[in-house]
Amino acid sequence: MTKELKGIAASDGVATAKAYLLVQPDLSFSKSTIDDAQKEIDRLHTALDQSNSELETIRAKAAESLGEEEAQVFDAHMMILADPEFTGAIETQIKDDSVNAESALKSVSDGFITTFEAMTDNPYMQERAADIRDVSTRVLAHLLGRSLPNPALIDSEVIVVAHDLTPSDTAQLNKKFVKAFVTDIGGRTAHSAIMARSLEIPAVVGTDEVTKDVTNGQTLTVNGLTGEVTIDPSADQIAASEKAAKDYAAQKAEWAQLKTAKTITADGKHFELGANIGTPKDLDGVLANGAEAIGLYRTEFLYMDSSELPSEEDQFQAYKQVLEAMNPKPVVVRTMDIGGDKKLPYLPLPAEDNPFLGYRAIRISLDRQDIFRTQLRALIRASAFGNLRIMFPMIGTINEFKAAKKIFLEEKDKLVQEGVKVSDNIQTGMMMEIPAAAVLADQFAKVADFFSIGTNDLIQYTMAADRGNERVSYLYQPYNPSILRLVKHIIDSAHKEGKWAGMCGEAAGDPIMVPILMGMGLDEFSMSATSVLRVRSQMKHLSAEYMQTLAERAVTESTTNEDNEKLVAEFTAEDK
Amino acid sequence: MEKREFNVVAETGIHARPATLLVQAASKFNSDINLEYKGKSVNLKSIMGVMSLGVGQGADVTISAEGADEKEAIAAIEETMKKEGLSN
Repeated sequence: MTKELKGIAASDGVATAKAYLLVQPDLSFSKSTIDDAQKEIDRLHTALDQSNSELETIRAKAAESLGEEEAQVFDAHMMILADPEFTGAIETQIKDDSVNAESALKSVSDGFITTFEAMTDNPYMQERAADIRDVSTRVLAHLLGRSLPNPALIDSEVIVVAHDLTPSDTAQLNKKFVKAFVTDIGGRTAHSAIMARSLEIPAVVGTDEVTKDVTNGQTLTVNGLTGEVTIDPSADQIAASEKAAKDYAAQKAEWAQLKTAKTITADGKHFELGANIGTPKDLDGVLANGAEAIGLYRTEFLYMDSSELPSEEDQFQAYKQVLEAMNPKPVVVRTMDIGGDKKLPYLPLPAEDNPFLGYRAIRISLDRQDIFRTQLRALIRASAFGNLRIMFPMIGTINEFKAAKKIFLEEKDKLVQEGVKVSDNIQTGMMMEIPAAAVLADQFAKVADFFSIGTNDLIQYTMAADRGNERVSYLYQPYNPSILRLVKHIIDSAHKEGKWAGMCGEAAGDPIMVPILMGMGLDEFSMSATSVLRVRSQMKHLSAEYMQTLAERAVTESTTNEDNEKLVAEFTAEDK
Repeated sequence: MEKREFNVVAETGIHARPATLLVQAASKFNSDINLEYKGKSVNLKSIMGVMSLGVGQGADVTISAEGADEKEAIAAIEETMKKEGLSN
């Protein structure tokens, strides 16, 4: 029966295909007494063999899509499968207690899991408990004759349906087969949503219940522009979805013509549209979408995709590659933003009650100067190859900025004395994401060369609402006049000192936010590369001067987030 | 029986990659091979056994092998220990 769901439109595009549930199947079983122990042991070995060959496939695919480093976790899984103590203990229990293989497997793996979880002084070992649990679940599924879904095993055109997608799930989605994905939870700023946009896979997230309503193989239509999902659609609905897909493709073709154009408003004003990247691999998307800059290079992936602190040379190569590819266009590189929800296995940090308010980003960098200086040296060396701008994350006080800048200058002087060629025009700026800094933007503008507004954190800190917590997600209000006043103050403060202000949060590509930001005179908009052409097209149809009136009214007359949504709709309709 | 004592110098002790390599090295031999630490002995061919000992930096461990290829086994393990910077 046809059923319609509405979620959050997370990645543009429209698709129709059969559902592939990335949901763990029911693996319940009951303990039973058996007569033929050898038969149970044979069943166990068949399941172990099947698990092993499945892991080999997954490992090979993971090495391709995620890299060798990430794939090694599956080597660890295969070693557990081959562990004589593990399989031996299960066999012994089958024989001695005359129990079925499922029950022996569960009891033996639970024993190991408990041992590892008890190693509270060693987080690495505690994490191994998760590996054992994964392996044991896989073997159990085979014993029960069920298969565990895995993105690496998809080999026909499908729409992936999941409760949530982990970053590694998302990275393994093969664009050739995965036409869209739909999840129960998540928002536009979730990691999976950001990945979907960079892969250009349509996505709808936060439907609450899609995994409950859909069964494997059912036909789905997914509209990543409107957030609509139809389960088991009628012929008419399929036709409508196919038409929407065609229209979207036509619109994309029209945008593609803007690829080499400058971003010019209807009244002739220029704005700089940049792209956000995580690794040099993202450069293809940046160039394909005609971005005029890189407004945010998130360097933490260099640290997260490594098993140890990345060396100065490794970092230098990555930065050089990006700077050279973009030269003479500017590249804003943000120094390491670790902490919060981003952890490094080789840099264990004590657990904190409030990681987002804790030891992270510049706070770590100023404390662990060995790490920070290595990164700055790599950056300064790379500056000779392009137009480098360095940005410090999570700056809350003037002294933090000055301390970071001082270290930068020291490392630069050292390199100059060593005879290394460096640019003498490296701007140093800061993220504006802590309300304390935003309020004091007029003072910061005297010391920083530029500001880049990180809306995700600025909103979460200003509204005191965790952006990962669904129960308070209504407080994620980018158009709330309180947020807009801070944004305006940041932009005005920069301009007063002859500096520039940009935005690198998701809001910079939001069609409702763009007109307001144009009116406020934001200089640079940095977003997912795939949003650049859409925003360029939107700006082409709007007058910057008229949007000034909109911006003024948005911060003086409106009292709510919704007021401003309406106001923007009014202004942009009139301006067409 | 062939026996050898090692002092673990690696900062992270025996975990992750080094543990995997030790188990792989041991698994190539037919001899029974054990790792002893703080009075507890585990099968060196078992990744979970080795990791469950939680061997840290500075630990003194004993590795023993018993079987037809015990000499070769201990030699291979010693080589792995040194190559991976686990011992001097």
